[in-house]
Amino acid sequence: MSRPLLQVRGLAKRYGARIGCEGIDLDLYPGEVLCIAGESGSGKSTLLNTLAFQLQPDEGQIQYDLKDRGLTDLGTLTQAQLRELWRTDWGFVRQNPRDGLRMQVSAGANIGERLMAVGARHYGDIRGAAADWLARVEIPEERLDDAPKSFSGGMQQRLQIARNLVSRPRLVFMDEPTAGLDVSVQARFLDLLRGLAAELDLAVILVTHDLAVARLLAQRLIVMRHGRIVETGLTDQVLDDPQHPYTQLLVSSVLAA
Amino acid sequence: MQTHKQPVLEVRGLSKTFTLHQQGGLELPVLSAVSFEVRAGDCLVLDGPSGAGKSSLLRCLYGNYLASSGEILLRAADSDEILDLCRISPQRLTALRRDTVGYVSQFLRVIPRVSSQALVAEPLQALGAGREEAMQRAAELLARLNLPERLWGLPPATFSGGEQQRVNIARGFIAPKPLLLLDEPTASLDAANRAVVIALIREACAAGQAVVGIFHDAEVREAVATQRLPLQALSSAASQAEMAMAA
Repeated sequence: MSRPLLQVRGLAKRYGARIGCEGIDLDLYPGEVLCIAGESGSGKSTLLNTLAFQLQPDEGQIQYDLKDRGLTDLGTLTQAQLRELWRTDWGFVRQNPRDGLRMQVSAGANIGERLMAVGARHYGDIRGAAADWLARVEIPEERLDDAPKSFSGGMQQRLQIARNLVSRPRLVFMDEPTAGLDVSVQARFLDLLRGLAAELDLAVILVTHDLAVARLLAQRLIVMRHGRIVETGLTDQVLDDPQHPYTQLLVSSVLAA
Repeated sequence: MQTHKQPVLEVRGLSKTFTLHQQGGLELPVLSAVSFEVRAGDCLVLDGPSGAGKSSLLRCLYGNYLASSGEILLRAADSDEILDLCRISPQRLTALRRDTVGYVSQFLRVIPRVSSQALVAEPLQALGAGREEAMQRAAELLARLNLPERLWGLPPATFSGGEQQRVNIARGFIAPKPLLLLDEPTASLDAANRAVVIALIREACAAGQAVVGIFHDAEVREAVATQRLPLQALSSAASQAEMAMAA
């Protein structure tokens, strides 16, 4: 078995006396899609942002398998090294595309910016790669020079995917990526994501309150409540044979997931 | 693939009890100290009335339900190691599902936008086969199960129950894994397609796969069983719970 890409031990994040998340242990392996589920206020977004080191943890350790150094405590990295990680080997897809895209510059520039961060300099190559990625996320190539503010919500979300994946990251964080989408365009987004994750052997940590999304995309599921992990396992096992009272309540409260 | 008559699966003292926390912690036993062994080439048929825990047992063997106690020892296809399904990491279980144990559920779980043929090809591709080879093999299986060719390119969401089930069966048989679990695969099929499934099961066993299955009709059971495991309902409440959980 390969070694973990991300290893987390005893992680906690507090807001004053209030608990964001606490006692978090988890291992994520290359190519795994892990879903974090729970109701609003359960700490799932706090956990996601802390795992991505965008919030400073108060306790515990996050180790990541850096390309040139192996498992490394992220707390020992400089701000510049963290920024490098965020721009290249990691991606972050936000719930609101406004937080993940630059709305005033063209779609092509949104994608090209990430490529330039990994050292691409040739204008024609960057434009070519951007056009290629637009096609992969099913956006017509003639929209390359349009700003994302003119795109539909579904297209904006797919553009976020292209912007994040163009640098070939190994780990992508996603915060409720389908929450703002109409049901009619969710399936297209989810299927695209599912295909790309498998094709690129991408590890994904995905926050959602939608258990059907978890079932479709994730091999593993974590259920959170009051900032703690109450149950974890293979997604179908947790959903079909939930053990914890809270998971049983959660599963029985949704229409056939 | 394995040599004939090598043990593929050994179950020791398997018990399963559901605890329904929303019903005040009500405990519903569905399996109690079940033990059996399955060897390469065997077809073990689970016998018993509705609610006897047959589907629950199959789900435990796939790691879809957690056993409450006991051991489920499986020989891993890649390493020949004996692994206890109840005590392995989720990553290892995912790998076992990819290369060692297949499962045909009662109902197909449809994935939006994925064609029937691609859905069938997927488990073979997961084993490392090229897309073209896997799609070709998927076409052969769908043709054999008499699914009209005009449907192959469509997602099965709009198919009839019998058509969906044939896609499900093809998906289960395409990758030759050492252990195949079948939950009522023939329930919604006509006689001609039932006969195809019987032939597929026999061929799988002849090739050294082991099968554990639940079959609604006596004709299929007679045709495929090399062994039988009788199961009894532990309580009427438990059988109701099992039917409710399986729904």
